[in-house]
Amino acid sequence: MHALLISLKSEFYKSRKTLAFWAAILLPLLICSLIAFGFFSQSARMSKVHYPAEALWMMYSGSALSVMGMLILPFYVIFMAFSVNNIEHKNDTWKTLFAQPLNKFSIYAAKYLYAVLLIFICLSLFVLLTYLSGNLLHLLVKGYNFNEVNPLGLLSKVYLKLFLSSLGILSLQFIASLIWSDFLKPMGIGFIGIIAGIITATKGWEYAYLIPYSHPAMVLTATKGKEPQVFFTQEIYSSLVYAAIFFILGYFIVARKSMK
Amino acid sequence: MSELVIETRGLNHYFGQQKVVDNLSLKVQKGSIYGFLGPNGAGKTTSIKILLNLLKSQKDTVYLFGKEINSNRIKSLKRLGALVEQPAIYAHLSGKENLINRCILLSINKRKADEMLALVGLTEAADKKAGKYSLGMKQRLGISLALLSDPELLLLDEPTNGLDPNGIIEIRNLMIELASKHGKTILVSSHLLSEIERIATHVGIINKGKLLFQGTITELHDLSKPTIEIEVSDIDRASEFLKSNGFEVNTIEEKKISLMYKSAEESGKINTLLVQNGFTVSSIYQVRKDLEHLFLDITKNN
Ligand SMILES: Nc1ncnc2c1ncn2[C@@H]1O[C@H](COP(=O)(O)OP(=O)(O)OP(=O)(O)O)[C@@H](O)[C@H]1O
Ligand SMILES: [Mg+2]
Repeated sequence: MHALLISLKSEFYKSRKTLAFWAAILLPLLICSLIAFGFFSQSARMSKVHYPAEALWMMYSGSALSVMGMLILPFYVIFMAFSVNNIEHKNDTWKTLFAQPLNKFSIYAAKYLYAVLLIFICLSLFVLLTYLSGNLLHLLVKGYNFNEVNPLGLLSKVYLKLFLSSLGILSLQFIASLIWSDFLKPMGIGFIGIIAGIITATKGWEYAYLIPYSHPAMVLTATKGKEPQVFFTQEIYSSLVYAAIFFILGYFIVARKSMK
Repeated sequence: MSELVIETRGLNHYFGQQKVVDNLSLKVQKGSIYGFLGPNGAGKTTSIKILLNLLKSQKDTVYLFGKEINSNRIKSLKRLGALVEQPAIYAHLSGKENLINRCILLSINKRKADEMLALVGLTEAADKKAGKYSLGMKQRLGISLALLSDPELLLLDEPTNGLDPNGIIEIRNLMIELASKHGKTILVSSHLLSEIERIATHVGIINKGKLLFQGTITELHDLSKPTIEIEVSDIDRASEFLKSNGFEVNTIEEKKISLMYKSAEESGKINTLLVQNGFTVSSIYQVRKDLEHLFLDITKNN
C-alpha cells in the first residue's frame, strides 16, 4: 500500500508540468466556459421562451455532455492512457522504474490509478463547473431561472456513469500504449474503436455493449430515453468487467516488458 | 575468505536462441571495486540487468548480499544503486526534479537532492531541464541518481561514457573514495582495461557471455609474463649467437631481440656473453606486456 501511494505521488510529480495533467483541468474549463458564453450571448432570445428550470438545465448540461461524452471523453481517455506510459517510453525509464525497491504491481497499478484519478477529476470539474456557471448565468441574466432546480444530484449521477463507462476503454488503451511506444498505433486503434462505438451505440445494436468504445455513448443515449433511474446498466457492468480483465492482463505484459 | 556481495552460480541467459550469458560465476567481495570488462556485446549489460532482477534468473543462481535474488528482490534492491547503459532521466524535468522524484520513490528526504547535485558538480545546472543537459551532464546526473540512497553496492555500467577527462578523473576518485572511505562495493563495467586498472581491486573479463578471467588485479598482472628486450648491433648474428648458446629467442625486430625473462642473473649473463663476443649492447631491459594487450589476447583467444 505504501509502495502504491509513493508511486502515485511520483506519477503526479513527474507529470505535473505536462499537458496530460493540465488537460484534466483545462478541458472542462474550456468547454464549460464556451457553453456558458453561448447561453449568455443568446440570453435575449432564450429567456423569451421561458423554459421550465428542468428543461433549461437539461439543455445547458446536455450541450457539455453530448460533446464530451461522445467524442472528447473517449479521446481524452486514449490520450491519458498514452501519456502515463509514454513518459517512460520516451525517456527510456522503464528499466529504472522497475529496478526501484518497490513492488512491481504497485508501480503498474499506480500508473493506472493515476489515469483513473485524472479522468475522475476532469469529469468532477465538469459537474462542478456546469453547476457553478449555470448559477452564474442566473445572476447575470434576469430571464434565466436556473436557481429553481438543483441539478447536482442528476448531473453527478450521469457523469459518474460516464466515468465508469470509460474505464473499459482506459484499460484497453492502457495496454496498447504499454506495448507500443509510438502515438499512432494506440491512437489509430482508439480512433477506429470510437467511430465503431458511436455508430453501434446510436444505432442501438443489441451487442453494442460488447465494444468498450460504445459504452460512454450508450450511457448518453440511455439517459435521454427510458429508465434513467437504473444506475448499473448493461454498459456499466460491461465496462467494469473489461476494465478488470484488461487491467490484470496489462500487469502480465508489464511484468514481462520490464525484462528488456 | 571475505564476504561476497555478489555471487552468481553458473548463471545462463538466453535471448531467443542466443546464449548471451554462459555459465557465469561472478564473485564480488565486499569493499572491492570490481572491474567488469568485455568488448561490445560481451554480455555486461545483460549481466547487470540480471543482477537488478530486470531479467529473470533461474532460482538459486544469483545471490546479492548472500540472499537469493528472486525471493529477496525488494530487500536487495534497497541496498544497491545502479546506472544501466544510458542514464534514465526524465527530459522534461530539471536535474533537481529528477532527483526529487527519486527521493519520493525511495522515501528519502528531498534535501538529499541538493547534496547529490553538489557531489557531481551540477549545482549550477540544477534547475535546467535535464533534456538540455550535455551527454556528460546526463551521465553525472545518472550517477547521482545511483548514489542517492547511499547504497552499499553500486552497479555502474560504463559510468564514464561521454565524460570529459576531468569528469573521468572525478568519477574515478569518487569511486575510490566510496570504496575506501565508506566501504562501498562497486561493480563497474568497461570496454577498456586501462580505464579500470587504476581503480579496480578485482577484475572479471567476459567475452561472448563467458567469464574468461576473474581475480585480483595483481593476479591479472602475474598472467603477463615479463620479457627482456635487448638492443644490440648486428641483430641477426646476435640472435643466432644467442640461440646457439641455448637461449630461446621470442621475436626479432628491426633493432631489438626479445627473450623470456627468467632472472636478473640470467639477464646479466646474456649481456656479458654478448659483449665478450664483440657485440655492442646499447640497452637491455625488462618489459611486461601491458594489460591492454593481455586483455586483447584473453578476449581474442576465445
Ligand atoms: N533485448 C534483447 N533482445 C535480444 N538480444 C539482446 C537484447 N539485449 C541484448 N541482446 C544481445 O545480447 C548480447 C549481449 O548484449 P549486452 O548489451 O549485454 O552487451 P554489453 O557487454 O553490455 O555490450 P556493450 O559494451 O556494447 O554495452 C548482444 O549480442 C546483444 O545483441
Ligand atoms: Mg552494455
